[in-house]
Amino acid sequence: MHNKTLAEIIAGLNSGAFSSVEITGHLLNRIRQLDPQYNSFITVTAEAALASAEAADRQRASGNAPLFCGVPIAHKDIFCTNGVRTSCGSKMLDNFVPPYDATVVENFAQAGAVILGKTNMDEFAMGSSNETSYYGPVKNPWDVNCVPGGSSGGSAAALAARLTPGATATDTGGSIRQPAALCGVTGLKPTYGRVSRWGMVAFASSLDQAGPMARSAEDCALMLNAMASFDPRDSTSIDREVPDYTANLNQPLSSLKIGIPKEYFGEGLNPGTEQAVREALTEYEKQGATLVDISLPHSHLAVPAYYVIAPAEASANLSRFDGVRYGYRCEDPKDLRDLYMRTRGEGFGDEVKRRILVGAYCLSAGYYDAYYRKAQQVRHLIKQDFVDAFATVDVIMGPTSPSPAFAFGAKGDDPVAMYLEDVFTIATNLAGLPGMSLPCGFVDNRPVGLQIIGNYFDEGLMLNAAHQFQRATDWHQRAPEGLE
Amino acid sequence: MTIERADIEKLAELARIELNDATITETTRSIADVLALVDQLQAANTEGVTPMAHPTDAVQRLRPDVVTETNQREAFQAIAPAVEEGLYLVPKVID
Repeated sequence: MHNKTLAEIIAGLNSGAFSSVEITGHLLNRIRQLDPQYNSFITVTAEAALASAEAADRQRASGNAPLFCGVPIAHKDIFCTNGVRTSCGSKMLDNFVPPYDATVVENFAQAGAVILGKTNMDEFAMGSSNETSYYGPVKNPWDVNCVPGGSSGGSAAALAARLTPGATATDTGGSIRQPAALCGVTGLKPTYGRVSRWGMVAFASSLDQAGPMARSAEDCALMLNAMASFDPRDSTSIDREVPDYTANLNQPLSSLKIGIPKEYFGEGLNPGTEQAVREALTEYEKQGATLVDISLPHSHLAVPAYYVIAPAEASANLSRFDGVRYGYRCEDPKDLRDLYMRTRGEGFGDEVKRRILVGAYCLSAGYYDAYYRKAQQVRHLIKQDFVDAFATVDVIMGPTSPSPAFAFGAKGDDPVAMYLEDVFTIATNLAGLPGMSLPCGFVDNRPVGLQIIGNYFDEGLMLNAAHQFQRATDWHQRAPEGLE
Repeated sequence: MTIERADIEKLAELARIELNDATITETTRSIADVLALVDQLQAANTEGVTPMAHPTDAVQRLRPDVVTETNQREAFQAIAPAVEEGLYLVPKVID
C-alpha cells in the first residue's frame, strides 16, 4: 500500500478499494517503525491525521469529495500550520506554533488532503545536505551513510522510504531538485510567483518558490493543481490562470526540441552521472525529440551571484527573529542589546549566521555597488542566456547535481564545496524559471537526477516531458532495498 | 579583498549576533572563502547592463486602501516569550 502513487491512491479511494483511515494508519505505522532510522519528520501529527482521515471518509461517503479527499501527504516544516509547530529546522523556532496556515497548507486542506506531519530540512532552508537542521541530519534511504540532499531532504527521504506518497517542498537555489535527485524522487520548482509564498518562512524572497515532490511526474502535476493559486496576500504572486497540469501529460514528444547546454557537461561532473543523463537523453531521442546543442555562457557566474543575493536577502528577512514577539529568547537578558545578541547567537546555527554576516557585508556602505548591484546585473545576463536559448528550444535538460549523494561530513567544513552542489540548479532560481528533477539512473546504487528547465509558466510541458520518460522507464519506481 | 577578525566582529555587532570566541577564527576563514567565491563576479563585463529587478518584469500590485486584517492580538501574544497586559515585555530600555 505504501508504494502507491498519489494517482493510485486517489483511484483506490474513489473505487472504495481502501479507505483514507486504512492508508493513513498504514503510513503512520510505517513512519513510527522506520523513521527513527531516517529522521525525515520533525513532527508527526498522527492523531490529527487519523481524525481528518475519518472525516474524509465520511465526506467521501456523502458523495462530495474534492480531488485530494483523504489523501495523505506531508508538509515541509517551513510552511506555517495553524496549531502545529513550524520550526524551519531551527532552534530559533523550536517553540513556534503559528496561529495561521500558509496558503499552500490552506490549498491542500481545501483539496481534502490529510497531513501526516512536518518534514525535516536544513535550518531556514540553508543547506544542500540536511546537516544544518537543529533536529539532526536526515539519512538517505538509499544509503544511510549518505546525505539526502537539501534543503528539502526530509520531504525527499520520506518519499524514497515510502513514508508518504507526496510532500511539499521549497527551492531557493535547488532545494527541491537536488534532494529529489539524491533520493530518487520527482520534484518540481515552479516559475517564480506561481505558488504563493504567504506563510512560508522567508529565506531569499526574490528566489524562494514552493513546489511539489512525489514519486512520479503525474503526481507532481496533481499536486501542483492543488498548490498553485493567485494569492493577493503574497505581493509577488502572479495573477494568471492555473491550467490543469495533468491535461497534456500524454502528448507525444515528437516535435520537442531539447537544449543541451555544454556548460552543464564540463569539468566536475561525475562520469556515472553524465552517463545516466546521456542515456536519458537517448531515450528522448527514441521518442522523437530533437537534441540541440546550446550554450548558457554566464553559467559560471550563477553560484557567485547567488551567494551575494541570497545572503543579502536572508540578512534582511532573518532580522525579524529578535526574541521579542515569538520564537526563542535567551535566558535572563541584561539589556535589550544583550537580548538581541544572545537570542540570535544562541538561536541560529553556524551556516545561518555565516549567511547573515555575508549578506550584511555585501549590503554594507561602500560595498553595495561592488557586490549587490553587480550580482543583480549578472543575474540579468544569466536570465538573458535562457531567453536566448528558449528562442530555439522548448526545454533544456542536463544533470540536476554534479554527483550522487555524498557521505555525511564530506563537505562539512568547506561551505564553498557545499555551495557548488547547486551549480546546475541555481541559475533557474536567479532567472525565475521553472525546473524539475526526475530519476534517470544510478551510480553505485545511489540515484541520479535528470534536470528539466522550462520557459516561464511552461510547467505543463515539463511535466509532459517527464511523464513520457517515466512511461518508458522504471527508474522512478525503484525503491531502496527493504523499503519496497 | 581580505577580511579580518575585526571586520567579522563589526558585522556581527551590526547584525546583532553574538559570536563565540572559540569559533570566530573559523567563521572569519569560512567567510573569507565565500567572499573569494563571490569575487569571481568582478571579472564579469556588466557595462550597460540593468540590474534585474524581477524575472518577469512584474510591478508592485496595488489594492484599495481598506482594512483587510482583523485584530488578532491575543493569538499573536499567546506565542510571545513575555507579555503583560497586552504589551510585549523587553528589558528596560530607558532608566
